[in-house]
Amino acid sequence: MKRTRNIAAGILVLIFAASLLAGFVAPAPYAAQFRDFVSAPASRRFWLGTDELGRDRWSRLLYGTRISLLLAPAAALLSTFMAVVIGGIAGYAGGWWDRIIGRVIDLFLSLPWLFLFLIVRALLPLNASPLTSVTLTFTIMGLVGWAPAARIIRTGAQSLRNSDLVLHARACGCHGLRLVLVHLAPGLKPVVFAQFWIAIPTFILGEASLGLIGLGVAEPLPSWGNLLRELANPQAVASNPWTLAPLAALVIVVSCFQLLLPQKEFAS
Amino acid sequence: MKRLLAVLAITAANLMGQWGGELRFCLRSDPKTFNPLLVEDEASETVRYLTGGVLIRVNRLTQELEPELATSWKISRQGRAIAFQLRHNIFFSDGTPFTSDDVAYTMHALMDPALHSPTGDSFRSAPGDVEITVQASDRITIVFPAPVAGLDRLFDQVAILSSRSLKKEAATLGPFTVAHCTPGTEIMLERNPHYWKTDAHGRHLPYLDAIHLDIQQNREIELVRFTRGELHLINTIDPEMFNRLAKQEPSLVHDAGPSLESEMMWFNQNPSAPLPDYEKDWFRSQNFRRAISAAINRADICRVVYYGHAQPAAGPISPANRFWFNAALKPHAFDPRGALLRLQRDGFRFENGLLRDRDGHAVEFSLITNSGNKVREHMAAMMQQDLAAIGIKLNIVTLDFRSLIERISQNFRYEACLLGLTNYDLDPGSQMNVWLSSASNHQWYPNQKTPATPWEAEIDRLMQAQAATVIPEKRKAYFDKVQEIVSDEAPFLYLVTKNSLSAVSSKLQNVRPAMIRPQTYWNAENLALAPTQLARNAR
Amino acid sequence: MWIQRIARHLAVFVLTTLIAGLLGASLVRFGPGFETDEQQLDPRLNAQSVQALRESHGSERHLLAFYLHYLGRMAAGDLGVSRSLARPVAQLLSERAAVTLQLMGAGIAGGWLLGLALALPAVLFRAPRYELAATALSSLFLCAPTAILALVLFFVNGPVRLAIALLIFPKVFRYARNLLADAYTQPHVLAARARGLSSQRIFFRHVAPWAVPQLLALAGVSLGIAFGAAIPIEVLCDLPGLGQLAWKAALARDLPVLVSLTILIAAFTQLANSASDVAIAACTRGRA
Repeated sequence: MKRTRNIAAGILVLIFAASLLAGFVAPAPYAAQFRDFVSAPASRRFWLGTDELGRDRWSRLLYGTRISLLLAPAAALLSTFMAVVIGGIAGYAGGWWDRIIGRVIDLFLSLPWLFLFLIVRALLPLNASPLTSVTLTFTIMGLVGWAPAARIIRTGAQSLRNSDLVLHARACGCHGLRLVLVHLAPGLKPVVFAQFWIAIPTFILGEASLGLIGLGVAEPLPSWGNLLRELANPQAVASNPWTLAPLAALVIVVSCFQLLLPQKEFAS
Repeated sequence: MKRLLAVLAITAANLMGQWGGELRFCLRSDPKTFNPLLVEDEASETVRYLTGGVLIRVNRLTQELEPELATSWKISRQGRAIAFQLRHNIFFSDGTPFTSDDVAYTMHALMDPALHSPTGDSFRSAPGDVEITVQASDRITIVFPAPVAGLDRLFDQVAILSSRSLKKEAATLGPFTVAHCTPGTEIMLERNPHYWKTDAHGRHLPYLDAIHLDIQQNREIELVRFTRGELHLINTIDPEMFNRLAKQEPSLVHDAGPSLESEMMWFNQNPSAPLPDYEKDWFRSQNFRRAISAAINRADICRVVYYGHAQPAAGPISPANRFWFNAALKPHAFDPRGALLRLQRDGFRFENGLLRDRDGHAVEFSLITNSGNKVREHMAAMMQQDLAAIGIKLNIVTLDFRSLIERISQNFRYEACLLGLTNYDLDPGSQMNVWLSSASNHQWYPNQKTPATPWEAEIDRLMQAQAATVIPEKRKAYFDKVQEIVSDEAPFLYLVTKNSLSAVSSKLQNVRPAMIRPQTYWNAENLALAPTQLARNAR
Repeated sequence: MWIQRIARHLAVFVLTTLIAGLLGASLVRFGPGFETDEQQLDPRLNAQSVQALRESHGSERHLLAFYLHYLGRMAAGDLGVSRSLARPVAQLLSERAAVTLQLMGAGIAGGWLLGLALALPAVLFRAPRYELAATALSSLFLCAPTAILALVLFFVNGPVRLAIALLIFPKVFRYARNLLADAYTQPHVLAARARGLSSQRIFFRHVAPWAVPQLLALAGVSLGIAFGAAIPIEVLCDLPGLGQLAWKAALARDLPVLVSLTILIAAFTQLANSASDVAIAACTRGRA
């Protein structure tokens, strides 16, 4: 597995580097429209073909990777952190804390958060840069997306609170922050890492869905989310398989993240 | 000889239409209402068209008026009154007879001020009551408080209700009647057994037994179902899907030419809008607006976004509108150099790839449009690139429709807007609420107390003049002038006029695609299914 | 004593549901575009009709008054009338619930079966190649937009309900794999192995019970995930369920429908999570 992890790391570094150096690597600006080459197939000039406006898909994929690869993991980190803190407090403290936080989690799971996005979009100046707008979108996703994971982490924290391990630690005089950091937190790692891994593509796809109501990345800035929207036309995809490139890139990145995250090796 | 005659007879019968069968196509949403007087959405309008009987019908192909339930009519008192002679021996779908009492009942309901229906408001040119006089069971006169422009054409939208039937609006005079409705799924229309029209052999129409309307918003699924043979027509099809289908089966697609729909943009010229003063100055400048218009490559938009199934628009009236279109007007030519020259006249300067006004502000503004409309988003992206070539930074902001409406009609927190224009009626009289400066749909600066500019005052005068006369040629002259002013001053930048694109199965006969709605089933009573299809249905 | 506990739980349930309804109503009411109507853009409407359109929102303008009035009617079984669809909300919900429940039920059941079926061999057989393949497969379905999966299934005449299963199984797989793998490293499992117990016995008596509480918590949460996935699937595939209704109501700012849906979802979520908590408590009772 160590070799696999190294390969995954290498791929991620390559993709990161390519996206950060998109300005040098991309053969064309992401917004440039080659209007005589609309929906062109892959060729030497356009490696992944062009989209419906004649924009080079390969260039847009490189630039779009930058947005999604930076913002989605950041939002995932935010939501995971909030889930750990809130779920952890609920599970560890128990009693009234647990009851109140449990209800707050249920509220968060029930509310139509779409309207929060609409409110934020309404408050943003119209000339806000697409980058500001998409950063805000991912931040909000991170701030409201913690609830499902918090429930699972809460249950995990409850189990650990009652476990022999923690009982022994307490008996040895370990309390407070040391108890949490040294004995509880490691026990929550499987769930925390699973949550982080799941959150990344969830937020990228969430951004794609929000684009349907004008809350995604504004034209002409590409992101994996708005590139994935091309897949909404399966027949067109079948005739031009290069539209699957963003999906392939996302799958590769998500798989690499998963392989890189520390996992419990199976006890031999 | 006998054999030849038999063959000819069968061929003639086939040309007339085979009896029976169920036509199947899709509606994009559930109808909001089955009350024909309250129709405002496309799905409700479809049901109304197929089930409602009207006094006068606009022939969608010829655009001429034809008698329907009224055999003749006469407009008098300078467009204030209309008298109808009604057809005899007509019955509603439940067997109740049709008389002038039903027309009176319908008009009373329609003109009720509390109804607030678009159809009713079309007749309301001035406050006051409508006088309805029933002279006989087959004669009726309706007098309005003020002249109504294009009065007779408006009756194409008025489906007559029964004053006697217990079934209320379920009793219809059209070729079909609503059999049942499963919300969110389908609506079944069945043949009206008392429909009055006959074919050349004197047999009662419609040919079809039923029409099955599926509620289907997803156009990809609609297309797949059409290609699988589950649907018989797609009334309006997107240009990209049109092209795709044309590659597979060119005989199934129809481009009937320009429709009544166009795309346009405008700038916010409302002085109370929360915008910087220098931006308001830009948007109020005719040179600025004309320059932006000249910088946009309409031909490319038609070619790339609409796959050639659109044409550059010259004004608010489509070439499909044969009488009202001002053929002397041409679309603003694509001329970036000319655009920059115009801008220079207003003190703008183009330096280092950026356009700046006389005070040094970089020219940058946002364009809002509704999200989820891929065609419009693509158009905006193309305009963004065109304007970048003359140093203007255009920020595209897609908003959900309600948020957009709030900005353009309530808080005016926007700079420019890109939307489509759909003319429901050929007669521009229905656009009074767009052209009058005091109207709420005078998009660039609505609800003016007095006209803000001399040219808006002139448009007000011309629109009121055309509404006050019944002579078509005079009305056209007035409205031609309105179109010229609009072209010159460019409060709206008309971009493209879309073509009327549809897809029709080879199993459906007597289809004659028109440019105006409903494009493929405007002659629903004459549509018929081919014999092989009938055999399949029978199984 | 237990009556008091039940009463307390019921009170908290009702209070949380009502707060959810109020918060949901607030988000809709104070969101942009609330008092607008697409009909306003119809050039045939005169000024009085446009004004009447704007005033038709009058009863919803004052949020608290609207909500209290809504609750009063709800107590009598009347959930109001949908503005956008012009039909009683209760009727809309009852017509559409079956479609969504079928979609969700099949999706959750399928997702859990697939997820566990993928996770168990990974944990039991511990083959690196299998682990890699399973990770790639779950990554693929985690990254594919659910609604597009549903469309593809439709086009190949497959069951559209599978789309929710394909959304849920990668999450179940990843959580289950991680939890079970973690369970194998616990001291009591190591002790059981040292005592020479069979691998089946170790799995069923020592490994699975360790992971089950958190998996049950995930089960409770997967209802919310399934409903969230149902919305784009129903919208894109034109299935007349609650998800499609929620979407249409959101676009139309249909307050009665949105408040009713929020209350329904809040009640449903609490029931699901409470059921999961009860199950977790039952499983961990012997482990204190």
